[in-house]
Amino acid sequence: MNFEQFLQYIFSGITSGSVYALTAMGFTLVFNATQIINFSQGQLVMLGGMIAVGLYGAGAPLWGAFLGAVAIVVLVTVGFERIAIRPLLRKGVLAQVIATVGASFVFETAAMLIWGRDAVTLPAFSGEEPLSVGGATVVPQTLWVVGLTIVIVVALQLFYRKSLFGKAVRACAVDATSARLQGISYSRVVIFSFALTGAISAAAGVMITPISFMGFHSGSLLGLKGFAAAMLGGIGNPVGAVLGGFILGIVEALGVGVVSAGYKDAIAFVILLLVLFIRPVGLLGAKMVNRQ
Amino acid sequence: MTGLDTVVAYLRRHAAYLVFAVIVMTIPAYLSDSYYLSVLAFMATKFMMAMGLSLLLGQAGQISLGQAGFVGIGAYGAAILTTRLGWDPWLAMGTAALVSATIAGLVGMPALRLKGYYLAMATLGVNEIIYILLIQLKGLTNGTDGISGIPPLSIGGLSLSGPRAYHLVVWGVALLMLRFSLNLSNSRVGRSLRALHRSEPAAKSLGVDTSYRKVQVFMLAAVFASIAGSFDAYYVRFISPESYTITFSIILITGVIIGGLRTVWGAMWGTLVIVILPELLKRVNDDITNLVFGVLLVAIMVLWQGRTRGLWQMVKERRSRSGPGGPGPPGAGE
Repeated sequence: MNFEQFLQYIFSGITSGSVYALTAMGFTLVFNATQIINFSQGQLVMLGGMIAVGLYGAGAPLWGAFLGAVAIVVLVTVGFERIAIRPLLRKGVLAQVIATVGASFVFETAAMLIWGRDAVTLPAFSGEEPLSVGGATVVPQTLWVVGLTIVIVVALQLFYRKSLFGKAVRACAVDATSARLQGISYSRVVIFSFALTGAISAAAGVMITPISFMGFHSGSLLGLKGFAAAMLGGIGNPVGAVLGGFILGIVEALGVGVVSAGYKDAIAFVILLLVLFIRPVGLLGAKMVNRQ
Repeated sequence: MTGLDTVVAYLRRHAAYLVFAVIVMTIPAYLSDSYYLSVLAFMATKFMMAMGLSLLLGQAGQISLGQAGFVGIGAYGAAILTTRLGWDPWLAMGTAALVSATIAGLVGMPALRLKGYYLAMATLGVNEIIYILLIQLKGLTNGTDGISGIPPLSIGGLSLSGPRAYHLVVWGVALLMLRFSLNLSNSRVGRSLRALHRSEPAAKSLGVDTSYRKVQVFMLAAVFASIAGSFDAYYVRFISPESYTITFSIILITGVIIGGLRTVWGAMWGTLVIVILPELLKRVNDDITNLVFGVLLVAIMVLWQGRTRGLWQMVKERRSRSGPGGPGPPGAGE
């Protein structure tokens, strides 16, 4: 592999890594608020992309399709929280796993019934003219993906560190009971976290659709990889989620170059198992994971 | 105690099992419709998979979202050994089960140290890796095209390709597994599994080697799944990777929960639901099967609320608030 190829793989890794990072962020937001791992996380990303394609096809401008998709997915996640999550808070892992998996079946089949079985795409946000960077080519959409990811991550950090409500959300993540004793409305924090997850996931889905297409079935693998990224970084740690996402994206892209494209999807799961078996707290995790 | 009394006592103790066995084994005598017989044949193998999960989840309290992976190893092991190497189907089935047990042991040792979500995700990752290998090891598995021309089972030169003969064999094996599972859960092993389900430290302090027991039951579940997968391969005579996805693992575990986790019998009720429901939905509209199934999963979980009992036994149970330390569902005690 020469340097140009290496650079090419790195760029492609950063692009998919951005989406893994945002997906992992979605897992983290929900996990911190509820201690639940949302198995329909990947389907929310898929819904974002599919809705945007649908809106664009119906004549909406690109930015309108983007915002519309984000708004609709936020509504979906808020409804999902009311119906399926709230009754199952602290009701055991098994019920939560299967309820969120059930939701993922619903999202997926609904997308298939509405938009059909074919993978669809969106036009790139600002043209297809590729740029050349150090001998490697980069499509402008990559810059959009990476740029928007950085903006979202920084905005979230500012929100959590500076605003009063952001601090309340963090307090709930540390100890929900004590936070409630301080007068923080736990149910508002939960519903807000779900809405935020929906918005971030939808944005990730819309951004990636011009590069990698989107089909009703794209969500499950995205979700699992996002989870692997979240575990790698340390579940519950937003910085870890972003770090894990980018590492996973780059390792995967290099793996395609070194091993073979066929095993690309296995890389995430091997990493997931290694993290679980060797260091369940992840790279940046500090909280002790419940293991024997 | 006279001999007759002993017989009567034996019959009483095993009445449910004996009645069930007689009903199941006499079905081919009055049912000849090939569609219903094939539904029943798939029910037998799903019952085997569910029984393994029922022991693992219901008795020992360990979650596995990877059961379909071991079903896949059983099916592919049987198919590869018979079509490529010309092995006897029964020998191939046994070898595949051995392979499944070995893999389950190797994976189970590190995985079963984890709990709750982490165990769920580890088993899910194992399933996904097995699935990717089934697609990618093209020289061995023929990739997404799958393997066709798998021979049917036979006993002493007598082919079991007819639905009635197959019914007797597959249900015969399922009934043996049920007897074994029922005996197991009534034995010292079963009690130690339920003890570690309630509290691992408590079970340990009473001398139960909890990590050994957990790996053991995980391997047993894998063997059940593997044998069921081999049976399906010999029955359908064709296999392809998409039958062994995580989705199938989830459907299996849901069946076990619907049926009830307290006894292995729950696996039977759950199997009835996960076999019959899709067949009914298919008649309405194949596309909506997963939609309805998804809605049902959410609804059932919201109703079930993660209790130790299955949905059937739940009716008599009052809604009580059990905190996270109580005799909660598997993985609830954080």
